[in-house]
Amino acid sequence: MKSKKQSVGIPPFEAVGVICAQSIGEPGTQMTMRTFHYAGVAEHVPTGLPRLIEIVDAKKEPKKPIIDMYLKKSYTKNRAECERVAKELSSVFISDVADVEDDLEKLVIKVIFNEKDGKAQGITFAMVKKAVEDFGESKTIDHTVIIKPSKEIKKAKKISTTTSNKKEKEPKVMTAKAVRKLTNKVRDAIVRGVVGIHKAVVIKGNDEYFIRAGGFNIIGACMNPAIDQDRIYTNNIKEMERVYGIEAARNSIVKEMKDVLDMQGLFVDIRHIMLIADAMTYCGTVKSIGRHGLSGEKIGVLGRAAFEETIKHLINACALSEEELLVGVTENIIVGQTVPVGTGKIKLIMKNKKK
Amino acid sequence: MVKKKRSAPSKTSIFLNGKFVGYHPDGKSLANRLRERRRMNELNSQVNIYYAQRLNELHILTDKGRVRRPYIVVENGKSRLAPEVMARIKNNELSWGHLIKMGIIEYLDAQEEENTFVAINEKDLTPEHTHLEVDPANLFGVVAGVLPYPEHNSSPRITMGCAMAKQSLGIYTTNFRQRYDTRGYVMYYPQQPLVQTSLYKALNLKQKAAGQNCVVALTSYHGYNMADAIVVNKSSIDRGLHRITMFKTYETEERMYPGGQKDKIELPTPDVVGYRGEIVYRHLGEDGIIIPESEIKSKDVLVGKTSPPRFLEEISVFGTVEEKKRESSLSLKAGESGRVDSIVVTEGPSGNRLVKVRVRSIKIPEIGDKLASRHGQKGVIGLLVPQEDMPFTKSGIVPDLIVNPHAIPSRMTAGHLLETLGGKAACMGGIIANGTAFSGNTEDEYKEILKKAGFQEYGEEVLYDGTTGKKIISKIFIGTIYYQRLHHLVSNKMHVRSRGPVQLLTHQPTEGRAREGGLRFGEMERDCLIGYGASMLIKERLLEESDKTIQLICTECGSIATHDYARNRDICPICQCESVEPVEMSYAFKLLLDEIKSLYIFPRIKLRDKG
Repeated sequence: MKSKKQSVGIPPFEAVGVICAQSIGEPGTQMTMRTFHYAGVAEHVPTGLPRLIEIVDAKKEPKKPIIDMYLKKSYTKNRAECERVAKELSSVFISDVADVEDDLEKLVIKVIFNEKDGKAQGITFAMVKKAVEDFGESKTIDHTVIIKPSKEIKKAKKISTTTSNKKEKEPKVMTAKAVRKLTNKVRDAIVRGVVGIHKAVVIKGNDEYFIRAGGFNIIGACMNPAIDQDRIYTNNIKEMERVYGIEAARNSIVKEMKDVLDMQGLFVDIRHIMLIADAMTYCGTVKSIGRHGLSGEKIGVLGRAAFEETIKHLINACALSEEELLVGVTENIIVGQTVPVGTGKIKLIMKNKKK
Repeated sequence: MVKKKRSAPSKTSIFLNGKFVGYHPDGKSLANRLRERRRMNELNSQVNIYYAQRLNELHILTDKGRVRRPYIVVENGKSRLAPEVMARIKNNELSWGHLIKMGIIEYLDAQEEENTFVAINEKDLTPEHTHLEVDPANLFGVVAGVLPYPEHNSSPRITMGCAMAKQSLGIYTTNFRQRYDTRGYVMYYPQQPLVQTSLYKALNLKQKAAGQNCVVALTSYHGYNMADAIVVNKSSIDRGLHRITMFKTYETEERMYPGGQKDKIELPTPDVVGYRGEIVYRHLGEDGIIIPESEIKSKDVLVGKTSPPRFLEEISVFGTVEEKKRESSLSLKAGESGRVDSIVVTEGPSGNRLVKVRVRSIKIPEIGDKLASRHGQKGVIGLLVPQEDMPFTKSGIVPDLIVNPHAIPSRMTAGHLLETLGGKAACMGGIIANGTAFSGNTEDEYKEILKKAGFQEYGEEVLYDGTTGKKIISKIFIGTIYYQRLHHLVSNKMHVRSRGPVQLLTHQPTEGRAREGGLRFGEMERDCLIGYGASMLIKERLLEESDKTIQLICTECGSIATHDYARNRDICPICQCESVEPVEMSYAFKLLLDEIKSLYIFPRIKLRDKG
């Protein structure tokens, strides 16, 4: 037991970071060569190196955000039921089921409901009517809603966004330009579903059905009573951090990186990935690796200057009269000392007094 | 929206060199009529006509830059190159030009080829065919067409064979004696290959052969031909196998400088600045130019030359301007040697006196030189074995080369084996074998010859170990194959350094073989050592073995101090204090400090006792 522990443990002063970087970087070079063959495939979720870069750069939103939603126990076995939930979740825009036209003479917006499209999506005219309610007084003439944009609503919205009272002195009459603007807003109004979630599909997982959709609105999805709030996942790391906190973000970094590597058939020890995830999250928020994140926060001036934007760092260090304490690896190599890693970290604490 | 398929317009649009000129009701028949007129020599033979069925467009192309190749015209499934025409060609009545004028052969460009149906062999002709390939081997270009039996090899090996044939050393031009090429290699005893192709003969390449026929055994030899190495018979090399002369031309010019000064080609006197010592000038004649046929070693001077000083001299104490000349002789590069072959004294392009010295040196094959057959089978010499230790056959034949059999199966170069067999048969039959693609001599023909000559028909023979004299149990494939020596010679590439020159700016070792440089211990290599935790080794590589210096640092202000030799004490030039300590650092870091200072940033070094 003891020897097992010794063989597994990491010896003191081991350069864990470098080994981690090499362990991920080396298979990474092989990935580049292989993934670029798939370039050009339509509807392509970034995998391989592009996705790895996405994760490491801590992008706000991945190129193709995906959300996996599991259902509460009572739903999971019934496919039809799941389909219904999926339909409820995926957002339908007004422009999907109706033609939106603006009449600039009368300053009204016409929403002409298309029954055929509506039926396909399971949308009724009443739902459309409700969705456009907020935009102003509406009249209904035979599957067409005519909206007369009201100013109050507009005003109310303005206040909530700018919180300044200056803008309240708006022209009494709606201008044609404003109507145009509003028309586009009407087009993008949601008739049904959750904001930011689209194209929900039911997928059969391990002996249960779950829903996979584009987008990442976790809170919105949780509003649906059928969704199991404890089993919801998105590949958007920033969203995971926002909703579930930093530990969840760390775990999702690990999972996402591991998935990419597994998909390529590469094996990288999980501890290397965990180290990266730890390094990205230890300060409480998700930080990227690179100039704006980890490397930009090194202590040593020389270390930062050696990486990128040399002169900026030197000038700033000068202005702030910074002191280089020579704690990092790069700094010591520049100066010409032993690096504080491995053998170089071992120091004599006490000298023998007798000489 | 479903895109509607656009139907081709009913009228044909006619384009001349890509420019629209008009319409025609029936482009296809027009194309045929135009082609017929071209064949009747009423239109120039360089005009090509392309009819695009789908777009209903007719393109007439007459402009430059189109790659074209010849085909035999076929009519109703019959080649226009009829037997009676062939007979007239044989009687020298008709030439290639006549055939084109007669419309028997026509050149097609890439566009017109789209409208054709080409048969490769005459016997395949059907009424649908429009053309016949002149020769199936034509599908190979000039370079690949010279390689024997390409149809038996895998295509990447043909590509490699072509690439290597271009690197082979032979007789690159027949007037090499008159030429002053910066570099030229000439083979001592070039041979024409025993297996040739029709193209090889047509190009008369045997005039400029670039290789020798070697007896090659396909076996191992104590592991010295592993991984594409080749074991070579030392005695064959002593007899001149693959021996080559390298010519190298050095040149220098009497340059003019602004201010009317000029270089002078002369024997430098010891008072010249930068005089290199008497020995290196020993071969120079009175005119400062080396005497032909003198044997020279590295760094010997070929042409003595002096230049005016780089900066105008100050007037000396006596009021006279003392013109000190600078040494700028032309000397042999480090690590080279040879004999002076010939010298030319002429005028350069700007009217200055120009001296060219051609140095000749013999390049005998040695371990590390590269050899290749014509099938992309390359290798470096791994061992030179005296003839007595080489295996031999019962008739006493000793191979020149021993190639490892592992080189064959994975690369699928059956042509290599067939050429070996063919070479052997050509030797025994006293013929030059034909290895043209698709139409060369067959394996069976070679077997026949070998059988008649009393050899095993598959080319295998019983060999005897040269060192022990014992019979080798398995039979070994042995034959004659054309091998080329490629111009990657170790003697031109070999490079070592333990100590050597450093750069002026950084005090780090120089880079590159020509500057006797070191090999870079780069960033990634550094990372590996960090990962290993070997910090002492990093320090050794990056400091001790590179640009270590001891700089004096002022303990008061932290700037770099100096040593005052006059008063023999260390002093800080900034704060004038003498509390100065020597500190070990890399010169590059000192340079960095200087450069930071140039940014108006003052870096201070705070010293502290190491714990």
